[in-house]
Amino acid sequence: MSHSTVPRSRTEADTTGKTPVASGGATGTRQKRPGGKVSLRLRFRRDRVLLLMTLPAVLLILVFNYLPILGNIVAFEDYDPYVSDNGIVSMLHSPWVGLENFQQIFADSAFWSAVQNTLVLFFLQLILFFPIPILLALLINSVVRPRVRALSQAILYLPHFFSWVLVIAVFQQLLGGAGLFSQLLRQHGFDVMTDPNTFKFLITAQSVWKDAGWGIIVFLAALSSVSPDLYEAAAMDGAGRWRRMWHVTLPALRPVIALLLVLRVGDALTVGFEQILLQRDAVGPGAAEVLDTFVWWNGVRNQDFGYAAAAGLVKGVISLGLVLAANKVAHLMGEQGVYKK
Amino acid sequence: MTAVIDKPVRQPSRWAAPPRPTWEEEPGKVGLAGKGLVLTLACLAILFPLWIVLVTSLSSRKTIDQAGGLVMVPKGITFIAYKELLSGGQVTRAAVISILITVVGTAFSMAVSVLCAYGLSRIGSLGHRWILMMMLATMFFSAGLIPTYLLVQSLGLTDSYLALILPSALSVFNILVLRGFFMGISQELVDSARIDGAGDFRILWQIVMPLSRAVLAVITLFYAVGYWSAWFNASLYLNDQDMMPLQNVMIQLVQKQEAPVGLGQAIKTGELSGLAVQMAVMVMALLPVAVLSPFVQRHFKKGMLTGAVKG
Repeated sequence: MSHSTVPRSRTEADTTGKTPVASGGATGTRQKRPGGKVSLRLRFRRDRVLLLMTLPAVLLILVFNYLPILGNIVAFEDYDPYVSDNGIVSMLHSPWVGLENFQQIFADSAFWSAVQNTLVLFFLQLILFFPIPILLALLINSVVRPRVRALSQAILYLPHFFSWVLVIAVFQQLLGGAGLFSQLLRQHGFDVMTDPNTFKFLITAQSVWKDAGWGIIVFLAALSSVSPDLYEAAAMDGAGRWRRMWHVTLPALRPVIALLLVLRVGDALTVGFEQILLQRDAVGPGAAEVLDTFVWWNGVRNQDFGYAAAAGLVKGVISLGLVLAANKVAHLMGEQGVYKK
Repeated sequence: MTAVIDKPVRQPSRWAAPPRPTWEEEPGKVGLAGKGLVLTLACLAILFPLWIVLVTSLSSRKTIDQAGGLVMVPKGITFIAYKELLSGGQVTRAAVISILITVVGTAFSMAVSVLCAYGLSRIGSLGHRWILMMMLATMFFSAGLIPTYLLVQSLGLTDSYLALILPSALSVFNILVLRGFFMGISQELVDSARIDGAGDFRILWQIVMPLSRAVLAVITLFYAVGYWSAWFNASLYLNDQDMMPLQNVMIQLVQKQEAPVGLGQAIKTGELSGLAVQMAVMVMALLPVAVLSPFVQRHFKKGMLTGAVKG
């Protein structure tokens, strides 16, 4: 990108990024780090416009991502929403119950049923969803006609941009009620949209329809970065189509697959909240309740905020542990993971 | 002396396959046919349901009854469902609300995100590392539904459209993608503008943003689709049915099979089928997305790739 002959190290970019003129001479005497340290005041003077620019975003994130963390104290309270109109005032005046909410949750069979549904859905999606984008990407990558490629990509990406409401409505219209196959299936006393036994497959099918196409984008990017020389060299050595795929293409995909797997495992307890919530009533909580909808049901519907927050906190803490553990495993495998070591 | 004239080269059609490198073997007929079949089936699995939705929404009650529900072959196209829905009433209002939220929300999200991304794009600036860490950390945890709900309620945002914009206004991922792109812009260009006396706001507006049209288009689409598709926050924070955006009205219509309020003349006279009304609302929800996203498509890969966290 740069035509500069000097290789840019981080510290150099640091100093060249600022010219003395711009900051009104304040940094004119600035030395290259770590030679001499610029005083905090001068740095603030120099960067105050940049800081000002980040301010709105920082405020939004502090208020809506960090501040609510404190709200988790309701998990240790017998929270009474009717003490006051204001949630924070209620929070301060509700009686403290220690770990009672957690004890109740772990004794609640509905909670364990939600845990089980969540895990089953996670594994089902991992097995049935995860490989599809990889296979589709290999397929698209082998298509050489530019128009065919662009057109099929446009079609495959499309459902990713649909809302869950719309996706479920499409499934509902085609498969449920007056749907296309319903007359056929109804005779066997079976409605796909409301049958608890097949619900988890329905959820997976909806996820595949909506997002499997979009999933190929990351793999296509990885594939396009493979040097054609590698393929040529392999062909010269007598490797056929399939051996080239095995020895050149798949190794190129490995880091991406590992990264996505890590992300997915770290997110294992989140299995399509909006999607499932929209269909929870039609199917019933026995098959459709997952951890996120369990929190929603107890908190928003039943106004049992302390109980719901406790369940949410359990999920949040385990999820954080999963992310960190998944990263650790990725590092041990020699892959990059989400963040660097 | 004979002039060497290049033979007019016929531009190869973009539908045609470009020449293969000499080392690559020609694909077999069976393989080609198999690949074509799988790709066609995958595309049809997406397009066929949408086709049925579109065609049914354009059919009269008679056609729908004859087809026994879903119409696959268009016969006597009528726009009566759309006319009814857009002639005032619940769906018209919901569509207007959704459009306004999407436009205002996207503008707000983009402004805040672009400013933040630029503010963080200079390595070594004061506090840039801390702010970045603070943002990255949010990708690893979530405060939880209940605390967030209680906070939004305490801030007095219930029954206000601000509740549909502020809590979900920012995506850290989008900010990182923008930042990654801004960092790739030639530093010499920025420096020369600075020497000419341009401040940071001016550099952002006149140099960085015009050079980043591709990524700005992609991120705008992401934010806009987010606002357009959102329904959960509305169901959580709005109590007034008249304030509901299009997605929430669609839930009532399709899932709970309720007829939309403020319509019924044509349904009563038997001209219009309730199914066509449902399908028409679905088309209204998918049309903006389906029309806009292919235009931005060619930038997707670029946009996603520069998202790799730098610095």
